[in-house]
Amino acid sequence: MENRTILSVQNISISFGGLKAVNNFSIKIKEKELYGLIGPNGAGKTTIFNLLTGVYKPDSGKILLENTKLVGKSCIEINKLGIARTFQNIRLFSNMSVLDNVKTALHESYKYSTFTGIFRLPKYFDYEKKMTNEAYELLKMFSLEKDASLKASNLPYGKQRKLEIARALSTKPTLLLLDEPAAGMNSNETKELMDTISFVRDKFNMTILLIEHDMKLVSGICEKLTVLNFGEVLKEGDTNEVLNDEEVIKAYLGD
Amino acid sequence: MGSKLLSKFNIKTNNKSFLYNISTYAIVVLAYIIIERLIFTNSITSLMKGLLVPLCTYSILAISLNLVVGISGELSLGHAGFMCIGAFSSAIFTKFMKEMGVQTIWIFIIAIIIGALVAAFFGFIIGIPVLRLRGDYLAIVTLAFGEIIKNVINAIYLGFDEKGVHISLQDTTSLNLSDNGFVIIKGAQGITASPKYSTFTIGVILLLITIFIVLNLINSRTGRSIMAIRDNRIAAESIGLDVTKYKMIAFTLSAGLSGMAGVLYAHNLSTLQALPKNFGYNMSITILVFVVLGGMGNVRGSIIAACILTLIPELLRSLSNYRMLIYAVVLIVIMLFTHKKEK
Repeated sequence: MENRTILSVQNISISFGGLKAVNNFSIKIKEKELYGLIGPNGAGKTTIFNLLTGVYKPDSGKILLENTKLVGKSCIEINKLGIARTFQNIRLFSNMSVLDNVKTALHESYKYSTFTGIFRLPKYFDYEKKMTNEAYELLKMFSLEKDASLKASNLPYGKQRKLEIARALSTKPTLLLLDEPAAGMNSNETKELMDTISFVRDKFNMTILLIEHDMKLVSGICEKLTVLNFGEVLKEGDTNEVLNDEEVIKAYLGD
Repeated sequence: MGSKLLSKFNIKTNNKSFLYNISTYAIVVLAYIIIERLIFTNSITSLMKGLLVPLCTYSILAISLNLVVGISGELSLGHAGFMCIGAFSSAIFTKFMKEMGVQTIWIFIIAIIIGALVAAFFGFIIGIPVLRLRGDYLAIVTLAFGEIIKNVINAIYLGFDEKGVHISLQDTTSLNLSDNGFVIIKGAQGITASPKYSTFTIGVILLLITIFIVLNLINSRTGRSIMAIRDNRIAAESIGLDVTKYKMIAFTLSAGLSGMAGVLYAHNLSTLQALPKNFGYNMSITILVFVVLGGMGNVRGSIIAACILTLIPELLRSLSNYRMLIYAVVLIVIMLFTHKKEK
């Protein structure tokens, strides 16, 4: 059975001043795929995430999410169309509680007006309750439910990463982008994270694209890989094949 | 009903904010009952009596500015301007009705709504261009706005007769009013003999309404979105929050509440003038001091700081020159105290 294509990127490029940060980048990600994007520092990986989520607009090329054109759309529109992301340097709503971080991201699922909120109409209680329940369910999946009332910035590092993933999932995306989810984690935490990512994929039928430097994580869970070097695709294909490629090894380890 | 209510509040994390909210209302109501009792037994000085409505006014202003500075994370230095707009727009209405011979409490209620709506409208208009920008632009524009409003009102002459409204920027004679006409705003002299409707009871009711609006907003979908944008704008956009929209809601609402405080202020005076003392940038800074010392985003703290810092200079009047010195020491002590509590 052939899965349908979720994300199709065709020849996107962007330059900042004289620097070609991304040059003719293409990728095709199928439904439920766990896809890895790797490459040396400064290869343009995060720039690609920013292009996909509408932070930057590509100079040329096409981005299609299930046949919807994304180029020229704002971050907010792209999130509504179904792309959610996490950040390389964690970006939580740090002064808010863990629960509220997730509830904030559920804003599209349970819409009520400011007026309803201020004057506490019946809809407010109904929706707040449903929202809280759903948020708790999500937190439970990431075993964060005991920390629900903690301030997000007081969570340990590993849990902050998990909360960011939980928050991204609350917007009910079709494609999840993870930017170096294992950065700064020890091997135990990384192991746990790998389980979490596979779990998310199976539980939510999620398509996941992740950037990672940790080769253990990449070879452990990614099915396909694209290697980026100097903003260009160096190699793409099945994980084992790519990781054993001579050119890729050279790009990573030098001559 | 009881069990239904209980189950609403049974959600674990809501307990803390629920207690906080209840205690905020309780403090205000308790203070009101005690002061009313003191007034009843005549054990309160006339100086204190005169301070009761201003205390409510400043508390409302502090809460409304806290909505912008603490909750929304933007710096506004022009809230005295919104207060000024609320004060004058409502006083024009009540003065007009007074000249027409209508003087009931309903007029004041309508005036409160007018003051709040006009100020909110100006907040909205100023917010449109400015809230799209990042950084300190809002502070600069609001600072200028407050001063402009004050100066414009100082220059306006406004009168009314059977032909309608007359406006002039020169003097009362150039209004060309007929014999039946009357002047409402006399330039820098402001609105004289305006009706005094404000009472302590109305002030406390408006304060409770303000607390109700702001606390309920914080614990709602809109409030969470506003705080999320304050904490991390990029992450907020990544989960699909419309940054400009939520900033506008906070700013407009805040301007409206300041306008309401202005109405209360205006109808506590017999002559309403736009002086630097009451509507200038010094006033905006004073309100900001209440907010900062009360704690960013802390509604209860704003009320307490506003009351303490308004009372101290008045209570220390007998110490003449030393009172500003003591005021400064109190500022520092409060700052140390609130700082410790936050840890």
